[in-house]
Amino acid sequence: MSDQLDPHEIERLRSLKPKERMQIPRQQMPEQAPDVRRANFREVPHGLPAMTAIVEANRCLACKKPACVEGCPVGIDIPGFVALIVQGDFEGAVRKVKETNMLPAICGRVCPQEAQCEALCVVGKRGDPVAIGRLERFVADWEREHGLVEPPPTGAPTGKSVGVVGSGPAGLTAAIDLRRLGHEVTIYEALHAPGGVLMYGIPEFRLPKSIVSAEVEVVQRMGVQIEYNYVIGQIETVDELLERHDAVFLGTGAGLPWFMNLPGENLNGVYSANEYLTRCNLMRAYEFPYSDTPIAASERVAVIGGGNVAMDVARTAARLGAKEVYLIYRRSEAEMPARIEEIHHAREEGIVFKLLHNPVRYIGDECGRVCQVECIRMELGEPDASGRRRPVPVEGSQFTIDVDTVVVAIGNGPNPLVPKTTAGLDVDARHGTVKTNLETMRTSKRGVFAGGDIAIGAATVILAMGHGRKAARSIDHFLRTGVWDVEKVE
Amino acid sequence: MNEILENTVIAESVNRYVIAAPKIAQRRKAGQFVIVRVDEHGERIPLTIADADPARGTITLVVQAVGKSTAQMATLKPGDSLRDVVGPLGAPTHIERRGTAVVIGGGIGIAPAHPIAQALKAAGNTVISILGARTQALLIMEEEMRRASDEVIVCTDDGTCGLQGFVTHALADLIAQRGKPDFVFAVGPVPMMKYVSLLTKEHGIPTMVSLNPIMVDGTGMCGGCRVTVGSEMKFACVDGPDFDGHLVDFDELIKRQAFYKEQEQLAYQQMQERCQAESLAQATPS
Ligand SMILES: Cc1cc2nc3c(=O)[nH]c(=O)nc-3n(C[C@H](O)[C@H](O)[C@H](O)COP(=O)(O)OP(=O)(O)OC[C@H]3O[C@@H](n4cnc5c(N)ncnc54)[C@H](O)[C@@H]3O)c2cc1C
Ligand SMILES: Cc1cc2nc3c(=O)[nH]c(=O)nc-3n(C[C@H](O)[C@H](O)[C@H](O)COP(=O)(O)OP(=O)(O)OC[C@H]3O[C@@H](n4cnc5c(N)ncnc54)[C@H](O)[C@@H]3O)c2cc1C
Ligand code: SF4
Ligand code: SF4
Ligand code: FES
Repeated sequence: MSDQLDPHEIERLRSLKPKERMQIPRQQMPEQAPDVRRANFREVPHGLPAMTAIVEANRCLACKKPACVEGCPVGIDIPGFVALIVQGDFEGAVRKVKETNMLPAICGRVCPQEAQCEALCVVGKRGDPVAIGRLERFVADWEREHGLVEPPPTGAPTGKSVGVVGSGPAGLTAAIDLRRLGHEVTIYEALHAPGGVLMYGIPEFRLPKSIVSAEVEVVQRMGVQIEYNYVIGQIETVDELLERHDAVFLGTGAGLPWFMNLPGENLNGVYSANEYLTRCNLMRAYEFPYSDTPIAASERVAVIGGGNVAMDVARTAARLGAKEVYLIYRRSEAEMPARIEEIHHAREEGIVFKLLHNPVRYIGDECGRVCQVECIRMELGEPDASGRRRPVPVEGSQFTIDVDTVVVAIGNGPNPLVPKTTAGLDVDARHGTVKTNLETMRTSKRGVFAGGDIAIGAATVILAMGHGRKAARSIDHFLRTGVWDVEKVE
Repeated sequence: MNEILENTVIAESVNRYVIAAPKIAQRRKAGQFVIVRVDEHGERIPLTIADADPARGTITLVVQAVGKSTAQMATLKPGDSLRDVVGPLGAPTHIERRGTAVVIGGGIGIAPAHPIAQALKAAGNTVISILGARTQALLIMEEEMRRASDEVIVCTDDGTCGLQGFVTHALADLIAQRGKPDFVFAVGPVPMMKYVSLLTKEHGIPTMVSLNPIMVDGTGMCGGCRVTVGSEMKFACVDGPDFDGHLVDFDELIKRQAFYKEQEQLAYQQMQERCQAESLAQATPS
C-alpha cells in the first residue's frame, strides 16, 4: 500500500465545491485477480492506498445531520473521522473511530456496510455512496502498520470483577469497555484460540487472522486475563463464576449448526459449515499435513445456503482445490442474505449458482461417501412472515448433481450448553436465545448479562460489539449501584 | 500448557500419561473425556479420562499410538507439556444401582471402562468386567480393573491369555451359565460394541456404549461427531459419548470413522520418514 502523500493534491481536493465533489467517482480498492486468488488464502482486497483514501474521503459532503451515522449500529462519528482523512490526519481519524468502535480493522472488512452506514449516505442517493467501510479499514490498517496501536487507558481500579464467557466480538468489546471503567476482567474461552467466529468462521482471505490476533493483543495489554480451553457449563457453571465475579457477561454466540434432516446427511463428505470452516481456518487444514487436521480432498462441492457463511464456504472450497463448486439456494438472488460484495467475489471466482434449487437427499457410494445430491427446482410463491416470497417445490423436477463433498450452510442457533447448566436463566423456547433486555443487556438472572448472537440469534459482528458496549455500561451501573431492576441505563 | 508428569509404556504402542490438570482432576466424572493438542500445529485429539487424582491435581490418559498425533504424543517425556488440554467434555456416564453390571472393555477401550467400573462399584453394583485384547501383549490395566471389579474375565483372540475368543463369547457364556445381568456397559472398537449390543438386545439387557466418532471442538459447535441413535441425529461430544447400544447405527459410525484414513496414513508416513531422516542425519558425522 502506498503511503506517499501529495500535499498539493490534498489542498486542491479540499478546495473543491460540493458540486465538484459529487463528480469524484467512488474509488476502487485494488484486489487480487480472481484466477490468482482462487488458488491462495491471502486477503482478497489490498486496502486503499493513502492518496486514494484521501480522494474517497473528499466525496463526503460532511452533512450537518449525517444520515450515515443513523445506519451505523454503534453510531460512529462518520463525517468526523472522514474529515480528518481529508486533512491527511490519519492518526486523528483512527482516534475518532475508536471513540465508538474499538475494532475498526475488523468492522471495516466484514460489516455489511451496503445495508448499514453506506445504505443511508446521501451521496448514494444519486450515485455510489461514500466508501465508509473502506475508509474505516484504511485508518485502522494505517495505525497498525505504523505501530501506533495503543490500548485505551484503563480506569482506576474499582475492586469489582467481571467474568466474560466467550471471546467473540461481543465478549472482547465488553472486556475492553469494562477495563476502561476500571473493573477486573477474565474471559473464559472454550477453544484454544480467541476471537470466536472471527477466528474459526470467517476465512483468512476475508479477515486475516493476524488482524484478529493484533486486536486480541490490545485487549490483553489492557490487563484482561484470557483463560483458553475453558468450557463454561462443563469445567464450571455460571453460578460458580458468580462466586468469584461480581457479574457475568455471556457472549457465547450462535455456534450450533443446523442440519436439514435429509436422508444421507450423515454420509462422509457431508459437513456443517462450522466444521468445514473450523477445520480450514482454526485448524489450518489447508496446510495439511504440515498442520495435523485433515479436510476432504474435493473435486466437486455443493454448498447449501445463500448467506455469508455459504459464500465463505464456497470460496474456501475453491481455494482447497475443488474444480466445480455449486451454491444451492432455494430462493432467487434478490433474496440472498449474503453481502453483495461476497456474492460478487464468489461469482468472479467461478462459483456456480444454482438458484431456486433445494436439496432433497444425498446419495452415497459403497464406502459411505457422498457422490450425488438430489435437488428439486423451486419457484417463488406468496410472501412469508419475513416478507420474502416463499419458495415452493416444483413437482417432479428432481434431478441429481455429481458431487464428492457437501457443506450445509443453512444457519446456526445458540449453543445450549450454558443455558442448560444455568438455573434461573430464561431461554426463548423457539430460538434458543437467552432472553435479554436489549436496553440493559440484562437476563432473567441477577448479575448475568448477555449480548451478541446468544441474545438475538446469528447476526453481525457490529451488533455483537454494540451489545458488548451496552452491556459494559449496564454492568458498570449494576456494580456501582447494586440495583438490578432497571429499564434503561444512561 | 499442561505438564506431563509421567509417560509409561504399558503395552505394545500403549502409553499411560499422568498430566497436570488440577481443575479437570477435581471436576471430571466417569465417562468424560478431554481434548488434547500436542503442539501449535497439532490436531485436537479426544481422549477419555481414565483416572484422576484430585489431591495431586492430575488426570491419567491411556493412549494407543495409532497415527501421527498419538505417535507424536508417545515421544513426549516427563517435563514436556501438552499445548492444550480442554475438559472435562461430554456428559458423565449415568451411574445407578442396578444389581449386577457387566463392564466390557475391548483393546484400548479398557482404559475408558475403568472409571465406569469404579463408579458402578461405588454405587453398590456387583461389577463383572470382561476384558478383551487381540493378544496378551496388548492387554492393559488388568490390575486396575481387578481392583475396580468384583470379578474379571480376560479373553484374547489368540488365547495367549485368559479365554480364547471375543468378549461376546465370554458374555454369552456368562449369560448362559449365570443368567442375565441387570446392565451392560461396553466400550472399545465399534464392531465389538455392535456385536455386544446385538447380543444383549436378544436378551433384553439394558446396554450403554461409549462412542468415539471423529471430533473437532468437543462442544457441540461443528457437528462432526454426529451419530444416528434411534433414527435421531445426536452430537456425541455433548449428547454422549454414552448412548443406548440398542439404538445406535454402528455401521454408519464405522464408515464415518474411516473417512480420513488415506490422508491420515499419508501424514503418519511422512512423519516417520522425517524422523528417520533426522536420526540418520544425527547418526552420520558431518
Ligand atoms: C462463516 C461466517 C461468516 C460471517 N460473516 C460475517 C460478516 O461478513 N459480517 C458480519 O458482520 N457478520 C458475519 N458473521 C456473523 C458474525 O460473525 C457473528 O454475528 C458474530 O461473530 C457474533 O459474535 P459473538 O461475540 O456473539 O459470538 P461468536 O463470535 O460466536 O463468539 C462466541 C465465542 O464464545 C465461545 N463459547 C461458546 N460457548 C462457550 C462456553 N460454554 N464456554 C466458553 N466459551 C464459549 C466460542 O468458542 C466463541 O469463541 C459471520 C458468521 C459466520 C459463521
Ligand atoms: C470420546 C473419545 C474418547 C477417546 N478415548 C480414547 C482413549 O482413551 N485412548 C485412545 O487411545 N484413544 C481414544 N480415542 C480415539 C483417539 O481420539 C484417536 O485414536 C486419535 O484421535 C487418533 O489420532 P492420530 O492422529 O494418532 O491417528 P490418525 O491416523 O489421525 O487416526 C486414526 C484413527 O483414529 C480416529 N480419529 C482420528 N482423528 C480423530 C479425532 N479427531 N477424533 C476422534 N477420532 C479420531 C479415526 O477413526 C482414524 O481413522 C477416543 C476418541 C473419542 C471420540
Ligand atoms: S462500524 Fe460498520 S456500520 Fe458502522 S461505520 Fe463502520 S462499516 Fe459502517
Ligand atoms: S451521509 Fe454520506 S456524505 Fe453525508 S456525512 Fe455521511 S458519509 Fe458523508
Ligand atoms: S465434536 Fe464438534 S460438535 Fe461434537
